[in-house]
Amino acid sequence: MDKIILGRYLPGDSIIYQLDPRGKFLLTFYFVGIVFLANNVVSYAFLLAFVLFAVYLSKINFGFFIKGLKPVFWLILFTVALQLLFTPSSHPLWHWGIFTFSKEGLVIAGYIFIRFVLIIFISTLLTLTTTPIEISDSIESILKPLKKINFPVTQVALMLSIALRFVPLLVDETTKIMDAQRARGVDFGEGGLIKRIKSFVPILIPLFVSSFSIAYDLAIAMESRGYKDGEGRSKYRVLSWDKRDNIMLFFMALVTVILLFLRSY
Amino acid sequence: MEIIFEHVTHAYDPNSPTVNLGLDDVSFKIQDKKFTAIVGQTGSGKSTLVRHINALLKPTSGTITVGDRVITPETNNKNLKPLRKQVGMVFQFPESQLFEETVEKDIMFGPMNFGASEEDARAAAHKMIKMVGLDESHLSQSPFDLSGGQMRRVAIAGVLASDPETIILDEPTAGLDPVGRQEIMDLFKNLQEQGKTIILITHNMDDVANYADEMAVIHRGKLIAEGLPQEVFNNQELLQDDLLTLPKSAAFAKELSRKGFHFDRLPITINELGTEIKEQLNGD
Repeated sequence: MDKIILGRYLPGDSIIYQLDPRGKFLLTFYFVGIVFLANNVVSYAFLLAFVLFAVYLSKINFGFFIKGLKPVFWLILFTVALQLLFTPSSHPLWHWGIFTFSKEGLVIAGYIFIRFVLIIFISTLLTLTTTPIEISDSIESILKPLKKINFPVTQVALMLSIALRFVPLLVDETTKIMDAQRARGVDFGEGGLIKRIKSFVPILIPLFVSSFSIAYDLAIAMESRGYKDGEGRSKYRVLSWDKRDNIMLFFMALVTVILLFLRSY
Repeated sequence: MEIIFEHVTHAYDPNSPTVNLGLDDVSFKIQDKKFTAIVGQTGSGKSTLVRHINALLKPTSGTITVGDRVITPETNNKNLKPLRKQVGMVFQFPESQLFEETVEKDIMFGPMNFGASEEDARAAAHKMIKMVGLDESHLSQSPFDLSGGQMRRVAIAGVLASDPETIILDEPTAGLDPVGRQEIMDLFKNLQEQGKTIILITHNMDDVANYADEMAVIHRGKLIAEGLPQEVFNNQELLQDDLLTLPKSAAFAKELSRKGFHFDRLPITINELGTEIKEQLNGD
């Protein structure tokens, strides 16, 4: 569990932490979009510098970002290898059967690699500096216009925040049940595939049972505290958009302009 | 089967910035066939300590010796079944481990995993269900149709069914009614008298006073006291620093000593207290 960095929050208080989560959330997606605008060495170098600057601003140990690459390491390797070996070229450096190795392939593989690193770094930055509850608040705020087409925004937001609240709880519960069944002699991850799948029954059934009973208890507790439906409630956690966030927007616009310029350069 | 902790340290998340020591250089011995109580505040490391005994957790440094088995930081996850058969563990709220369609199958689950034949496991289930104070008619029911207290008993039966030599209990009576509490604790005392080693984690000092032969006090991952309950509850330093609360009888005796009674040693059970009061009243 402790090996996966992507999607984890690290407490801290640098400037990136203080930005409005809505802005961070939207701009992360925006950035993933504009990564594809880059098409030459200079533009990629510029984007890399930008991301490293953002990482520096977050004051988070760089090691965490490297760790964030781990889960997708094989995907990166696979894609890069495909690009290296299957890029058609008129001047291949090396040729064997269906495999071609060329300068163009090398360059494209390099671009793809940097693209992966950029996208993973920026999304790791978002999740490391934004609490899950802030993310769910931003989603609610961003989805608000959908109310016009009768999309149940408040209910979805409540669902999201409850779901996020229960992730750590269910992780604890799972560890506890696994320990309890281990103590009764279950070996997880041993034997053939069928045996392994079967060994998960003693975890999944208790987990479903406890999830439903938690849901039932929570629903009753919510009703007894005066909850009827999502409508007509006030908000306790208020997001505030201030000067810093405008600067961030401006910064991103600047990056886009520079990128467009470098692209045709 | 003696259990010996030697300089055991356990760190959670050793590679993250939020390292936290669950156990800090703990050395002590749990005696064979005795009833040992482990007490300490919430988060002091009690559960972390006992999870080492059947290798659910491995020490970051130090060794644990359980009978002829030695657990070190390098111990791998293979071949732990013999150890886990010897050391049964009743977790806090163990009813959350029930999953089979019938109570009988659930109790048989442990013994079958440890290699017992189906007949033996079934016989164990029939024996255990009575031992934990339930009727045999419950065996064919679904565990999810039972009440909370009955589920607890079935879960305990499921652990006892594999006939472990050492039984670890992590607050086994939490959330039970007073009668159920007493019954379950008496059951464990009985098992100990039949030759099992019992390790009990609890916040209830009266249970410690009434049932335990030995006790250990843990505070912030360190072992700060061990010995006979009578001795530990008379340790003035611990009491002054609020690291330990007294059983009801001892607290009452303390109040009495302000009114002119004198106790060389605080009586910790109600019987000791009664005898002392009687003697002192007759003496005057």
